Amino acid sequence: MVFLGGQVLPGNVGRAILGPFADQRAVDALNHSLGVDRPLLTQYGSWIWNFIQGDMGTSYIFRSPVAPFVIDALGNSMKLAAVAFVLVVPIGILGGVIAALNLNRPLDRIISLGGLSVTVLPEFVTGIILILIFGVWLRWLPISAAWPRDAGFFTQLYYLILPSLPLFLVLFGYIARMARSGMIEALDSDYTRTAVLKGLPWRTVIWRHVLRNALLPTITVIATQTGYLIGGLVVIETLFRYQGIGSLIFTAARGKDFPVLEAGILTIGIVYAVATLAADFLYSVLNPRIRLGTDQ
Amino acid sequence: MSATDAQTSMPDNTGRRGPWAEVFFSLLRSGTFLTGLGIVLFWVACALFGEHFAPYDPLADDIINALAPPSAEHWFGTDQIGRDVFSRVIVGSRDILTVAPLATLLATIAGTALGLFTGYFRGIVDDIVSRILEAFMAIPVVIVALLAIVALGTSKATVIVVIGLSFAPIIARTVRSAVLAERELDYVAAAQLRHESALHTMFVEILPNVIPPILVETTVRLGYAIFAVATLSFMGFGIQPPSPDWGLSISSNYGMIGGGFWWTVLFDALAIASLVIGVNLAADGVQGALND
Repeated sequence: MVFLGGQVLPGNVGRAILGPFADQRAVDALNHSLGVDRPLLTQYGSWIWNFIQGDMGTSYIFRSPVAPFVIDALGNSMKLAAVAFVLVVPIGILGGVIAALNLNRPLDRIISLGGLSVTVLPEFVTGIILILIFGVWLRWLPISAAWPRDAGFFTQLYYLILPSLPLFLVLFGYIARMARSGMIEALDSDYTRTAVLKGLPWRTVIWRHVLRNALLPTITVIATQTGYLIGGLVVIETLFRYQGIGSLIFTAARGKDFPVLEAGILTIGIVYAVATLAADFLYSVLNPRIRLGTDQ
Repeated sequence: MSATDAQTSMPDNTGRRGPWAEVFFSLLRSGTFLTGLGIVLFWVACALFGEHFAPYDPLADDIINALAPPSAEHWFGTDQIGRDVFSRVIVGSRDILTVAPLATLLATIAGTALGLFTGYFRGIVDDIVSRILEAFMAIPVVIVALLAIVALGTSKATVIVVIGLSFAPIIARTVRSAVLAERELDYVAAAQLRHESALHTMFVEILPNVIPPILVETTVRLGYAIFAVATLSFMGFGIQPPSPDWGLSISSNYGMIGGGFWWTVLFDALAIASLVIGVNLAADGVQGALND
């Protein structure tokens, strides 16, 4: 059922995303008298066909093909998102687990309340405060994400720490909260009691019995946050002047550069669909109760 | 959750206090709620009467004193054309506190109606509407807003409609699950047997009993609406200059942050942070009081 949901949803997402900008295509087609005489559906069809073949159209502003822009930007955004994810997933889960193991003690309060407070703040607000602290006052980190040309891996990483922190903070709260409630539920369950009663060491109980069950819902949450992350990237990339897919879409929207806007948004839709599918797949690998296919 | 909520909200003639009075008193005992409410009321007061106690006109420029650091005259310093940051922060609460609540209200009305219809009729109507809503929920608000603003132009009304309609499906989902539980209860069957119309059953019989989850969802959404409005005005959509709006001020001043002019953005950022946290604390309190 989860798998079915994952398959139906991306299909709809694609259509929903295409809906609004099919209209703008009509509008811009009139403005630029590009294929005005063709019916909307034909334009839309040929656009999709070209997109599949790797031709994303020509930018109105740069007067050059869109595809290289989108691919470069997507690569940059993925670097940024990867840094944020690599930091937040283990730390968020660890935070939630520690909170659950110290349920209702001060440590749990601090993690829960702190996580909740930073999660509800807009990214640009935490971003500004972090820039002030680490970039302006302490001067530890660069305040812009634009690294020098030919920068190596570690230099790029150094430039990406500050921009990834606001994303980290927002996601940390969600992931820690899910991990915490999953842990509490698992600790409370009959199988944990059985494991403790049959004399297994506490460490084994936690690792083998509690964690495996507790982390399942957390993985689902992490996957649903991909959608959020894309929205967050638009803001963060603008704030840090980073050449990613978010700032590409933002600039295109401001300059009414429709081919770039459409290509960017369709790319995001595809990334989202792939992420959702990957999450379903991962979920089924980790949960022996749900298996894909028929080999029962 | 919805079944027990429904019981608490039904008229209770046997108790000494009505169910809403219970909720009210448990809210007054909740430190979380009172702290949140205090913060929110402070900013509401600033929005309503800000000009009367702000030391300077938030729009008056004074180029000679531009970018002055905080001092006794200008507590929070001045911005790049010499406007007093302290006065701007106080009056800056006005736009966000108009746009965000209106957007939440729109989301609540649309979401409640959708939730009642899908939950009450179920079947194919429910399936189709729910799939569409799910698809809609998958797109980030910022992206929807970008598209809508390109298509419709930027204005406060566009922002209200975009945020309202983006949040409506989420409220609809909550209302729908509450209605699904309610419609199995005897009083709904009784109304149907009396040949009440579907509209009457939905809005007069069921609606009063699903108010608690709607209330919780609305307060939570208000927090997210403030988040979204602040973000959009930072991106330059919706609220327009010369409004002293916080997000807008940050976006016009953060370019100089490298020069060390921290006071032009820090106080606006802290103002947004306090308002968002205040609303979320209050929402947490409401949730706690209604779920007891």
